[in-house]
Amino acid sequence: MKTLYWLVKREFWEHRGGFIWAPVITGLVFLVLNLMGIVSGEVFGSRHGFHLGSLDGQDIASKIQSLDVHQLQEVGAALDLAMLSSSGLISLVFAFVVFFYCLGALYDDRRDRSILFWKSLPISDTSTVLSKVIAAVLIAPIAVVICGVLTGIAMLIMFAIALSFHGVSVWSLLVLAHPFQMIGFLVGSIPLYLLWALPTVGWLMLCSSWARTKPFLWAVVIPVALGVMISWFNLLSSDGFHSTWYWREILARALFSVFPGGWLHHGAETGLGKDPASIGQFFSLSTSYAALGTAEIWIGAAAGIAMLAGAVWFRRWRDDS
Amino acid sequence: MNAVVTANGLTKRYKNAIALDQVHFEIQPGRIVGLIGPNGAGKTTALKAILGLTDFQGQLNVLGLDPRSQRNKLMEEVCFIADVAVLPRWIRVREAVDFVANVHPRFSRDKCQAFLSRTKLAPDMRVRQMSKGMIVQLHLALVMAIDAKLLVLDEPTLGLDILYRKQFYQSLLEEYFDDNKTIIVTTHQVEEIEHILTDLMFIRDGKIVLNTDMEALGERFAEVLVNADMAANARQLNPLDERQVFGKSIFLFDGVDHSRLQTLGEVRRPSVSDLFVATMKGTYA
Repeated sequence: MKTLYWLVKREFWEHRGGFIWAPVITGLVFLVLNLMGIVSGEVFGSRHGFHLGSLDGQDIASKIQSLDVHQLQEVGAALDLAMLSSSGLISLVFAFVVFFYCLGALYDDRRDRSILFWKSLPISDTSTVLSKVIAAVLIAPIAVVICGVLTGIAMLIMFAIALSFHGVSVWSLLVLAHPFQMIGFLVGSIPLYLLWALPTVGWLMLCSSWARTKPFLWAVVIPVALGVMISWFNLLSSDGFHSTWYWREILARALFSVFPGGWLHHGAETGLGKDPASIGQFFSLSTSYAALGTAEIWIGAAAGIAMLAGAVWFRRWRDDS
Repeated sequence: MNAVVTANGLTKRYKNAIALDQVHFEIQPGRIVGLIGPNGAGKTTALKAILGLTDFQGQLNVLGLDPRSQRNKLMEEVCFIADVAVLPRWIRVREAVDFVANVHPRFSRDKCQAFLSRTKLAPDMRVRQMSKGMIVQLHLALVMAIDAKLLVLDEPTLGLDILYRKQFYQSLLEEYFDDNKTIIVTTHQVEEIEHILTDLMFIRDGKIVLNTDMEALGERFAEVLVNADMAANARQLNPLDERQVFGKSIFLFDGVDHSRLQTLGEVRRPSVSDLFVATMKGTYA
């Protein structure tokens, strides 16, 4: 256990830039962009003689007071989405970080031969691989959620302060949002992410552990070439193969499952209506965890674990340093 | 005492070459063994087999364990410095010490700090900022602080200047080595380790061609400085090698009685490097 803890810590020493600084900087950039948006809105507003808040001649404060319950819900949902959007951007950056982290995890130290140093210590290859998986799908997402939540809250406060210049009380808006529900949603998504990302993490680490050179090329070329072959057969035969099934269920799962939220697409087809309340319901754990009821997430996770076992095997026996 | 390493019919084939060919040897505890051979002779393969880094045929027993199946356990008792500069470039001195201290049960942090305090290495320094010599100092400090039974060194001083090289072997000998430890070292700088070795193994084309301790070496091999008039007599005794220096001939003999050689000229103990060159004649031809 202690060894595993230090192995994970080692991953963070090595990848501090990707795991901590990338989400922090993305969050800051997001906040700065929003601040610039607000400021430019205010400046344009005063320069051209209309108030940002004024709609139909009313100012924004009285407008809000005139909203009915349904419309207030709408405002709340919009605020929730605004808060989530910061996490969305950070998660996107994070997904790229994890993708390339997994590709390099078992390859970079073979390339610079420092694997010989790690292998001179009494550490099993299983622990090594496990520590890298934990860093990628558990610890890094936690860092992302923390950054995302802090950025989201900072943004809500920023909007509220901007609106308070137009006579809207800060709290009257903030109580319309559901920050705790959103935080719960983000935190609760981590275990789901872990399961969902396993096939991609497994495939990338298998390539990372197996490839003698250019793991990126192998990781992408093999599934794409296979897909092209299948599509080609699909063209030739009339009844034949389901190439779309391959692209969606195999290739996408092997390469893109590190992008969070992929499990939501089932819910999105049915649950996401025009009703504003449905947005709040959509970004809830019950929608997310409905994915656990599908076979694909479990089959994917099992395939991911099998590929990780392969990665451990190659880590043990690959003899090229 | 039980041998530290026992190899029986150790064989390793690569796709198009044979790296180790039915090798037999034993290494006893408390020895410093030099494994010397030309490039591509199988030295590194032999070390990798001992360290469980490669698969092989035949039998190999290291500290009572099979390096293939019991590698994790073995690595608690075995340390190695594979080559210079294989420490990860991003790691800091502080992190390296912390990490090894927490994953290695036989590591002594105090010892390591004591070694480091005698170098210019600062805790926050990264490996990528260090010179080759400093990297080796760090690696050596880490390894010497581990109370291992077997230390394997594969070209540990390659590319270092003479100051670092001398310091390296001196530290090993004075502060690390004792009767319970065994060191296996491969290097091309034979002259520099000659005086610290207790045993010598020559390897050529995957075979051990010489396996002796240093005392027996002096009895078995002799170098004789022969005047030109006696050279013909010397040649009749089947010398391993002959070379000319200032009008005299130097002959190298294997297993010829020393009293007989003394009639030919001045008898000396051959240097390991001369012996090596004579043994490996024609390797690259």
